[in-house]
Order: sequence, then C-alpha cells, then structure tokens
Amino acid sequence: MIDLNIGDYIEAFIDWLTANFDPLFDLISAVATFLIDAFEAGLLFIPAWIIIIVVSGIAWWIAGRGVGIFSLVGLFLVDSMGLWAEGMATLALVISSTLVALIIGIPVGIWVSRSALADKIVRPILDFMQTMPAFVYLIPAVFFFSLGKVPGMVATVIFAMPPAVRLTSLGIRQVQKEVVEAAHSFGATPKQVLFKVQLPLALPTILAGINQTIMLALSMVVIAAMIGAGGLGQTVLKGLTQLKTGLGFEGGFAIVILAIILDRITQALGSANNKS
Amino acid sequence: MAQLRVEKLYKIFGPNPQRAMKLANEGKSKEEILDKTGCTLAINDASFGVEKGETFVVMGLSGSGKSTVLRCLNRLWDPTSGDIYLEDVNVAKADSETLRSLRRKKMSMVFQHFGLLPHRTVVDNVAFGLEIQNEPPAKRKEKAYETIKLVGLEGYGDMMTGELSGGMQQRVGLARALCTDPEILLMDEAFSALDPLIRTNMQDELIDLQEKVQKTIIFITHDLDEALKLGDRIAIMKDGAIVQIGTPEEILTDPADDYVASFVQNVDRSKVITASTLMFDHPQRVVSPREGVKVAIRRMRKMGISSLCVTDGKKQFKGFVHIDDAVKLEKKNEDHTLEPIVQSEVSTTSPDTPVVDLLPLVMSSNMPIAVIDDSHRLLGIVMRSSVIAEITGEESGIPVPAQEGETGAAGEDRKSGDQTVEGSTND
Repeated sequence: MIDLNIGDYIEAFIDWLTANFDPLFDLISAVATFLIDAFEAGLLFIPAWIIIIVVSGIAWWIAGRGVGIFSLVGLFLVDSMGLWAEGMATLALVISSTLVALIIGIPVGIWVSRSALADKIVRPILDFMQTMPAFVYLIPAVFFFSLGKVPGMVATVIFAMPPAVRLTSLGIRQVQKEVVEAAHSFGATPKQVLFKVQLPLALPTILAGINQTIMLALSMVVIAAMIGAGGLGQTVLKGLTQLKTGLGFEGGFAIVILAIILDRITQALGSANNKS
Repeated sequence: MAQLRVEKLYKIFGPNPQRAMKLANEGKSKEEILDKTGCTLAINDASFGVEKGETFVVMGLSGSGKSTVLRCLNRLWDPTSGDIYLEDVNVAKADSETLRSLRRKKMSMVFQHFGLLPHRTVVDNVAFGLEIQNEPPAKRKEKAYETIKLVGLEGYGDMMTGELSGGMQQRVGLARALCTDPEILLMDEAFSALDPLIRTNMQDELIDLQEKVQKTIIFITHDLDEALKLGDRIAIMKDGAIVQIGTPEEILTDPADDYVASFVQNVDRSKVITASTLMFDHPQRVVSPREGVKVAIRRMRKMGISSLCVTDGKKQFKGFVHIDDAVKLEKKNEDHTLEPIVQSEVSTTSPDTPVVDLLPLVMSSNMPIAVIDDSHRLLGIVMRSSVIAEITGEESGIPVPAQEGETGAAGEDRKSGDQTVEGSTND
C-alpha cells in the first residue's frame, strides 16, 4: 500500500493560506465582528419585554395564534431562566450567519440553475460542506480567525449555506418550462425572466431553503461554542464540562424554543407564498 | 409575397448536429441519421409561406416536429439550418437585439398549458408583454383591460389566474398574446389541453376573433378536425417533413400520399367538402327568352338529360325546365318562349356550402341544386346523386334512385333544415 499523508498536505496548505492571505482574513474578521456585534448590541439594547411582545406579535400575525402564544411563553421562559443575554448572543450569531449564507448562497444557487457547468462544479463542493463533520471546519477556522465569535460564524456559514444554494437552484429549475418560454417569447431579457418570472415562482422553494439554513445555523451554535462563540452553546458546553445537568438542559431548552419560533415563522412565510 | 417565408428549415437535436446536417443533405433518412450520429432530425427540409391575415395550421402527430417548427419561428429554439423571413428580416439569422424587438412587436405566442404567471392577476398577466417593453403601468393596464374585453373576460381582470377554469386561462393566454398588438400569432396546441366542449367553443371564438383582429395565425395541432375547422391552409407534417400543404378541401379530396390519406379517411367529409367541389362547372342551359322551347328540347334530347338550367342573357339564374313540361308546351303549339314552364322555385346554394347542408335541399326536390354567386349568377349545378354519393362515401357519379329513405345515415347527428329551402314544390 502507498502511504499517503493527505493530512500533511492539508496542513501545509492551511499554513500557506494563513501566511499569505492574512489581510483577507483580517478583513473578513472585521466585517463579521461588526455584523455580530451590531446585531447583539441591538438585541440587548432593546428591553427584553419589548422583544418578547414584538416577536410574539409577528409570530401570531404570520404563523397563527398557536405559534404566537408559544413564542410569548417560550421567550418569557428563556428570560426567567436567566439566559436572555446568551439567547440574544446566539440569535445575533444565527442572524448574521444566515444573512451571509444567503447573500452568498442565493446568487450561487441562481448561477447553478442556469449553467450545467456551474452545477457540476458546485455540487461536489456542497456535498463536501454538508457531509464533512462540522467539528472539522472548526480547526482551520481557528487557524485563520483565532478563537471567538468570528470562526464560529465562519463555520456556521459554511455548514448552513448548502440548502440555500440547492433549494434556490431547485426552485428555479422547477419553474414550469412553458412559463419561462412564454416570457422569452414576449421578448424578455434574461434579467427580466429572472426577476419577473423565475424568482417569484421559485420563492416558496427558496423560502424553504432559508428555513433550512436558519435551522442548520442554530444547530451549529453549540459546536461553535467550543471555539468560544459564546451564547447558549456555551451554557450547554458548561453544563457538559462541569457536569451540571440542570444548566445543560436549561441551555438546551432555550435553543429548542428559539428553533421552534424561527422554524414556524419562516415555514409559514413559505407556505403563505405557496398559496397565492 | 408571403408575409412569413420559411425556406429549407432544418432542426437537429443531439450531440453532433453539423455531422447529422451533412447526412441530411445527402438525403439520408431520419433513422439512418439517428443510427450514425445519435442525432434526431426534428425538422427535415421544411419550406412554406404564410400570407398576411391567413390562418395557417401545421398538423401532425406527436413527434412530427410541428411544435419545433413553431419554436423556430420565434427562435425559442435555433434552427440548425435554413431561413425564416418575416417580411424582409431573416429571423433565423437575427442577432439577439433584433430578435427581442421582433418578439416584442411582431409576433407573440399562445401556449398549450397557458404558460401564465400564477402569482399575478389576469390583468397583470395580459399586460406582461407591454411590461417587458417598459410601458408605463397606467398605459399598459388600459390596453390590457381593452384586450381582456376583446376575449370575453370582462370583469375577471383582478382575479388571480389560478382561480380560473382552463378555457378562461387560455383566454388570458390569448389576450396576453394580443395585447402587444403583434402581426403574427403563434399558437402551440393552444386548445389541446381543454376538454372537448370548451375546445369547440374556443375554436368558434377564435374564428370570430380573427374576423375582428385579422392577424396572421400559425396554429399547431394534432387534431385534424381542428385543423380543418380553423385552417385557411393546412400543412401536414410527418417525421419532421412537410408532407402536404393545401386548403382543407384539397387535403381531403386530393391527399398527397397514403399517410395523409389514412389520416383523413375517418374525417366527416360532408362538413368540409363544399358545393363548389361537387358541381358541374358548365351545365347545359338555355337562355331565356332568346332561346325557346325547341332549343331546350333538342338540347336535352341530345345530352340525354331530363332538365335544363334557364338563365337570362347576363347569366342570371332563372330556374329549371323539365323535359315533360317542354314537350307538353310544344304540343300546344302556341307560345314558344320558356316563361310559362320555368320552375323558378327551386333550391339554390352558394359555392362554399358544405355538403351536409345540401342534403336537406336534395331531399325536398327532385331537381338538381343550382349553385349561384352573390349576384345570382349561375356557377354550376350539383346533381342530387353527387350529394348522396358524397355523404354515403360512394364514388360520385353513380346514379342513385330518386327515393332516398336511408341516405341520411352518414350525416346522422347533423342538424338538418337550417338551410332555408325556397319553394320545395315537387312535381
């Protein structure tokens, strides 16, 4: 058997990247820090009760009374467990990661839907991103961005982006061929076809992708805590490392509550769009 | 000159169209080309012209290439070879800018499954073509509402298209195509997805609409009855090639080959064949009052016929004379003009009356039917036997007994008697 030390090559490559692309990583780091801090500061600046009422109101309006009531009770519970600040830190991380994942993922999805070559290139990368155990990203992320929220966010973006790409592409491809032909037959430019026909008709599927991205981002939070991303993940991690069962469960509950609220709201958005 | 001319059009799908094209030029068959190159010859040397204001139907079974032809006309698909002239622009070679403006201004398309935008209201769908052209919203809505009215959807403008039935959705599709005021309407199996009753209804409305808007229509269908009903001319396609182009009547009476013949054999010919096909062009006649009874009798005896048309000097149809009456009149030996014995209360018809409508005329009189034009000039006569032979599917020219009790069989479900029979007195 040939003895191949792929690990050595990857290490060498990572070292090379760190050595040569430092300014780029600094830039990414600065942007990411700004984003997360801005969201976190904003969420913590607003009094908890206002957020609880506003979120419950939105949930009620979009997803119905049940979800509204659940949000009210759930968020109140998070606050009374004393995990409000951690919850908001997690939320800030999820929101900023999702935002970045969508800003990258949706255009890539559009590109993939229009070109067979792009599809061939991107598909294996997405497979890699989704199947590689999430922990593994953490290592280079730490190399590039050291410890803290930024590597947490970078790992989260990578982990959460594939559904945004895949479902955007799927949504566009699923648009009835005749409808696209019709748009072309009236002399629409490619841009007009995209914005007036393909994207509006793909929207329900794209929203399902956004929902998945948010859920994956949230599930990455506990793992990101291992490299110091903070938030509820850290609470869970503390429970684990210090064997404080109660604390661990409290953190876990808070994550579940956030997850359900985010999921129900975004899902309702998608299906409301489907109906029209 | 034809408004739209298609010349030597080829479309080849597959990995190596150029090589397949070469084989096609050498006259190789569709199967051979598929065998050698893995390419499908979807259109094989199609040429035709469409006149302004004409409804040109392209008919064929699925896989015959008819929809491909249509999609080449507005370049939704690029032809592999050949030219498509719209007036003096070669659509097949047009750059994308020219093509876009052609699609915006000159031709629009109606789709089999409508191709509507489900997230928009009817009016926004109809206005789509103008929206693409960046017309201001107020202007395009005004035009859209106008067009919606034209297709009979008044009052539905603000509904979502998903709330409408299939027939109504296709009206929206038609309105959308008309809204940009194109010269040419491309209709791709436009009524095939509708159920039969609605389909017939839509066909009638298209005919009415065409009278109002006078567009050039290219209509694709797999339904021969639809083709015969709508088409001024029909092109029949098989395996990517056009087998025959002609008027509905030409297709039925003179099929170009066995394929077309097998296609048309089950058609109810009596709806399509008209009086002009059956009539004798230059019937024996006498000119009254210049020619008298003696001339009439001699002419009938000479030809061995029992009745004769009577016209005046300007070929205006006056009626028929029967030999018995003529002989009686001659024996009286009084007056020699034909006037007293001309049977003027006989059946007349126009040349484009379908055979099925001639049948009641035949049943009510034992005289031939005179075919006259708008100014009452005699064009010819239709013998009773020809009508009956046509309807029963026999070769025409076979004498048929005068009493026809069972001859209505082939035209069974047709409403009879909608043709007014003037003076059906028998004697």
